[in-house]
Amino acid sequence: MTFLHWAILFPFLFAFMVPFLYKTFRKIHTGWFVLPLPICLFIFFLQFLPGVKYKEGIVQTVKWIPSLGIDFAVYVDGLSLLFALLITGIGSLVVLYSIYYLSKEKEQLNAFYVYLLMFMGAMLGVVLTDNTIVLYTFWEITSFSSFLLIGYWHYRERSRYGALKSMLITVFGGLSMLGGFILLYIMTGTFSIRETIAQSSSIADNGLFIPALILLLLGAFTKSAQFPFYIWLPDAMEAPTPVSAYLHSATMVKAGIYLVARFTPVFAGSAEWFWIVSLFGIFTLFWGSFHAVKQTDLKAMLAFSTVSQLGMIMSLLGVGSAALLFDHFEFYSVAILAAIFHLINHATFKGSLFMVAGIVDHETGTRDIRKLGGLMSLMPITFTIGLIGAFSMAGLPPFNGFLSKEMFFTGMIRVLNMDVFQTETWGFLLPVLAWIGSIFTFIYSMIFVFKTFAGKLQLENLPKKPHEAPIGMLIPPIVLASLVVIFGFFPNLLAYSLIEPAMKSVMPSLLKDGEHFHIHISHWHGFTAEFWMTVGVVILGIFLYLTASKWKRVYDLQPKRMTLNQLYDHSLKTAGKTSNRLTSFYMTGFIRDYLVYIFAFMIMAVGATMIIKQSISFAADDAAPVGIYELILSIVMIAGSITAVLARSRLTAIIALSSVGYSLALFFVLFRAPDLALTQLVIETVSTALFLLAFYFLPELQKKDKTRRFRLVNFIISAGVGGIVTLLAISASSERTGKTIAEYFLETSYSLGGGYNVVNVILVDFRGFDTLFEITVLAIAALAVYSMIRLRTGGKDVEENGFKNE
Amino acid sequence: MEIVTSIVAGILFMTATYLMLSKSLLRIIIGTGLLSHGAHLLILTMGGLKRGTVPLLDEHAASYVDPLPQALILTAIVISFGVTAFFLVLAYRSYQELGTDDMDQLRGNDQK
Repeated sequence: MTFLHWAILFPFLFAFMVPFLYKTFRKIHTGWFVLPLPICLFIFFLQFLPGVKYKEGIVQTVKWIPSLGIDFAVYVDGLSLLFALLITGIGSLVVLYSIYYLSKEKEQLNAFYVYLLMFMGAMLGVVLTDNTIVLYTFWEITSFSSFLLIGYWHYRERSRYGALKSMLITVFGGLSMLGGFILLYIMTGTFSIRETIAQSSSIADNGLFIPALILLLLGAFTKSAQFPFYIWLPDAMEAPTPVSAYLHSATMVKAGIYLVARFTPVFAGSAEWFWIVSLFGIFTLFWGSFHAVKQTDLKAMLAFSTVSQLGMIMSLLGVGSAALLFDHFEFYSVAILAAIFHLINHATFKGSLFMVAGIVDHETGTRDIRKLGGLMSLMPITFTIGLIGAFSMAGLPPFNGFLSKEMFFTGMIRVLNMDVFQTETWGFLLPVLAWIGSIFTFIYSMIFVFKTFAGKLQLENLPKKPHEAPIGMLIPPIVLASLVVIFGFFPNLLAYSLIEPAMKSVMPSLLKDGEHFHIHISHWHGFTAEFWMTVGVVILGIFLYLTASKWKRVYDLQPKRMTLNQLYDHSLKTAGKTSNRLTSFYMTGFIRDYLVYIFAFMIMAVGATMIIKQSISFAADDAAPVGIYELILSIVMIAGSITAVLARSRLTAIIALSSVGYSLALFFVLFRAPDLALTQLVIETVSTALFLLAFYFLPELQKKDKTRRFRLVNFIISAGVGGIVTLLAISASSERTGKTIAEYFLETSYSLGGGYNVVNVILVDFRGFDTLFEITVLAIAALAVYSMIRLRTGGKDVEENGFKNE
Repeated sequence: MEIVTSIVAGILFMTATYLMLSKSLLRIIIGTGLLSHGAHLLILTMGGLKRGTVPLLDEHAASYVDPLPQALILTAIVISFGVTAFFLVLAYRSYQELGTDDMDQLRGNDQK
């Protein structure tokens, strides 16, 4: 175990301590204890920065299940380091923010921080491991902690709904991804991602290549909320805002992006990868931004915006994957560059916007833009942060979002130059949808900031009197907004420290040893197509924003019944109903039905085994001779048992049962079992007395059992049981294999047990524990009988307990 | 002989099963009583019948019958008595509390 492994496990270990800290120091907000951990981890990961710039990457392996090739291997390269810094960096800010957001008097802070730390550790595990099975394990833990955090306010119905939805969708994706990993293992024979990449050229023709690709992408698309799986993300906004900022915008939803980037070296170069990733991505961008415009809730708007931005990054990764096919790859790899750059930018501006939304919610009591407005003068700092974030999101200079948005256009336009994968057919969709999506992005960015902060203040509609947030709550968004500005002015700070190493991990095969991608991010490229596209976005965007009320009908064109949410709700309901119906079809609540299942299964299982093993045999030569006494007793027993069935009166049935028991006692006499005969006689007498005693209290037997069909089924089942038992007994006694162990007892009964009566010696000595437990059973039965007769609740109690509620 | 006792055991099992599938509580208890008789006879038969004398060593016989099935049956007789007693009192009490011994009415009701 190296320190790298511990870095992943520390959050989990710390999570164990959180409840104790919470209980012991009730006066101090638990968040203050948690805060140092992500900060220390962030600093720890910073020291890897120079390392990944020049070297390959650092691998540390701890054997976990070596027999299956599953190792806890930690791999640090540019891509994983970028994510690790995002997770710990944003994590620190979110923890600080949550200290002011969640009240220590009202909220269950221990649970919150346990879930949050669990998530942090799991997310670090996802991005830092080299083993696909370990990756899958951590991946599912992120789904679980996301479930717990969305349902954090579990007394709200919407929270539980959102939590369940996210869980169902992401776990479905996770399982598909596991399937993809297993297919990859079948093709390559390794669970290591790096070794899989090394073999990537040899698996492209394998028949399992496409299924593995699709299963893997299902995992990535569900986690990163791509169309049509995005529906869980807007409902995930029921989580506390720090969680939305952290999991559902900056980190967890980017796990899918990470997965696609990580496996680009394996799958890139195939047309399916290119088309699926870029088309789903670009459509998600358009779809998400279109829906964001319609939202009236600030967080819902940000959720759809996140969906759309994730789609944008996804499409860039898809388009960039084609760069592998070209010699002048730098022309096309700009898409990958844009993807990684935008990943960082999105985390900064979207994180700050979520925090702004949280502040507005916290200070005014509402997130509804129809009630908000005019907060500019009351909350100037929050407004400034919101303005920076929103302008960056809209792609306006000089913020970092502008730079990556321009690069995004560049990447999409260059698809038109490619002449692979038949890009001439549908390739034009990419820049067109990109441009339309960007217009909507511009509109909702403007709505977000101006509907909240500009316009008329409606104090009467606000549940609380608004004022500026406490300084601690402002620090995290200020840090993020400053980064937005700094990266906007000096983008090349990131170029070779973070972006280039990450690009190298996405496309390792393009570079020879010691080579670097050439990266220079500049603000001005001249009057290029990208420039005119941005101008078009701004002009059309402003026009559509100002005339928004006129377009409302266009936005509502999609009927409510046709949405994906309807589909989800409906299929969940149907599945529940169907399984309920199926279960109540055989779980009837009648004990008779259950006995029928048991007996029928017994008949089939024993019968089938005997037929398959050909063990039915019938040999009478070894059998004992039939005497006249035995014959008479047999006839008495048969008659007695049939009488018990046919008897109309209780007394007859009980006497018939006793006659069978006494005949059996006589059988024991004839078959050389005196002890059994004695016991049976005594027990039968006592039982009969007990029956006669109880029957006094029990009702008269019913005349007949239900219908003819009911009796016919009972008869068939009981005949089957009887037949099978007879067959079993005959076969067993006519075919004897192996020696009986009776010899041992006969030989040692006296020498070891000191008794002549072998049966007695077996009972009290050889199988003494059997007898002991038999006595215990009797004692328990006696206690139960006693308590049932003596201890009774009055009739009133019974009614209260709900027994008499037919 | 083994064949005869096998058939008797089979019939005991059959009648016992039939009684247990009925809906009267008393019939079910009588069924379990028959079932244990049948099981005892079955065990005895499978051990082989009349292949020697009583397993008492001071008889000094050449061969004895198998003592092991007898020991098992002895345990089983006592246990089945305990079960029967328990069942009877359970039936008596549930009839007293609920006013019926019809298994159709004694089903759990999940659709409140």
